[in-house]
Amino acid sequence: MEKRVLFKGIWLPLLLILPQIVITAVFFFYPAGQAIWQSLFIPDPFGLSSRFVGLGNFDYLLSDPYYRASFVTTAIFSTLVTLVSMGVALYLAVLADRLIKGSGTYRTLLIWPYAVAPAVAGVLWLFMFNTRVGVVTWYLGLLGYDWNHVLNEGEAMGLVVVASAWGRISYNFLFFLAGLQAIPKSVIEAAAIDGARFWTRFRTIVFPLLSPTTFFLLVVNIVYAFFETFGVIHTITSGGPQQATTILVYKVYSDGFVGQDLGSSAAQSVILLVVVSILTIIQFKYIERRVHY
Amino acid sequence: MTAPARTRKAPPPGMVERRGAGLWLTHAGLILGVAFIFFPIWLAFVASTVSQPEIVRPPMPLLPGDQFFENYRKALVSGINAPVALMLLNSGVMAIGIAVGKIIISLLSAFAIVYFRFPFRRVFFWLIFLTLMLPVEVRIVPTYEVVAGFGMLNSYSGLILPLIASATATFLFRQFFMTVPDELAEAARVDGARPMQFFRDILLPMSRTNIAALFVILFIYGWNQYLWPLLITTDPSMNTIVMGIKQMFPSGDDIADWPVIMATSILAMLPPVVVVIGMQRLFIRGLVESEK
Repeated sequence: MEKRVLFKGIWLPLLLILPQIVITAVFFFYPAGQAIWQSLFIPDPFGLSSRFVGLGNFDYLLSDPYYRASFVTTAIFSTLVTLVSMGVALYLAVLADRLIKGSGTYRTLLIWPYAVAPAVAGVLWLFMFNTRVGVVTWYLGLLGYDWNHVLNEGEAMGLVVVASAWGRISYNFLFFLAGLQAIPKSVIEAAAIDGARFWTRFRTIVFPLLSPTTFFLLVVNIVYAFFETFGVIHTITSGGPQQATTILVYKVYSDGFVGQDLGSSAAQSVILLVVVSILTIIQFKYIERRVHY
Repeated sequence: MTAPARTRKAPPPGMVERRGAGLWLTHAGLILGVAFIFFPIWLAFVASTVSQPEIVRPPMPLLPGDQFFENYRKALVSGINAPVALMLLNSGVMAIGIAVGKIIISLLSAFAIVYFRFPFRRVFFWLIFLTLMLPVEVRIVPTYEVVAGFGMLNSYSGLILPLIASATATFLFRQFFMTVPDELAEAARVDGARPMQFFRDILLPMSRTNIAALFVILFIYGWNQYLWPLLITTDPSMNTIVMGIKQMFPSGDDIADWPVIMATSILAMLPPVVVVIGMQRLFIRGLVESEK
């Protein structure tokens, strides 16, 4: 779609678009290019010179058991975060949709965590499960369960998953509720007249009609789990114990800034770049399809 | 002939919308969800109102204590590494800077792309589009080097500028400008208005709601940044509040000053919560629009 009515001039529009292009070039394309360039070199330990290694960094990375483990960790982590946050949000949205009055009140109460930064959410959950002073830890102890996410890898993963999912419920809830409210009531009433009970109606009518929303949220939540949960992991576990919660983004940070291994960190950035591109293309394809419908 | 009575009646009440026992079950389920959402926030609030000894001897109380003013005063005035009041100011400058900056450059570039034909227009459009694929998390080391090269470490411009380019905001405004009737631009042109007059007197006022909705979303985005300020603010007096909380934990085996840390956490979530709840309609609109 193009506008028919246009203003004349070449310098004015160039001037108008300049700020965005300059910022994009300086802070997006140049660094991305640098990442690709650096990923082909290994700097010497003093940072004085670097040696061209071609795809050596990638070779090394892909055969590095820690990096592979980080891939698996990221896959498990993002699957769990996506399932938990979408599951809870869908459950709450279905309940809120059944109300004739009061769903607005619940919505107001349920959107709070959207405003809470992942890093702050991490601190809140860390406080509850702190091994020394945590309330939940203490009550679990009463029940005879010895909670220690500092040592136990499974518990560490569980905690970062719940803290990350918690912050995401609001977002998913809002989109699910909007999706549910867009389904014509007459369709559901017709099914009810035909004798379909709630669960049957949900499975055969509501859920299929909700699938565009679900698919959209699936992609958005995976992106969230991949990139925006850094704050949760940094505050709660710092990637530990034994790298059990080191997701890919965390590893780029810890290898690049803590470990100062720039070649490897750059190669990891490039791999992440590919991952984001794939996710963006999937999302874009989906949007295109929805427009055609 | 008699059709079964059941098919002629409307569905009995309670079949689709719940009443009676079902209604209470629905409320119970929702209240459970609200409790799950609020429990961590409630505990943080309680912890920010009691004294340190009450926390380090678990279990901590579940109802607020009497140290509210003491803890918040201590956090705001002295903090642990830097006064939290200062960190709030830094966060505020960063969040508003990012939101306003993004809105301005996106409005201008969307105006150029929609209302003009100029060389490399498509190229620029795709360059902006590609930034969707470059979140700061994947290019941290080289972006850090660029900012360090400009001498912008520990500065507001270093916090704001690298996060200011946004494909989403540009697309949102482009989308909106497309729906503005051509007759308006035509009339403005016939009346001899210059492009920037049209932009200022017609387009901007029409975009008011979109700008406000986007501001809400971007303010929260900027306020809640973590990784970026963590990298480029090494000076505690430039810390933002969201990244500063983690710095308040002692290294090693010392016990953290939980009441002050929790008071800081509550202060860190207060501004975005006020924005989200206070401007709920705009917030939801912004959320839905910016994801289109």
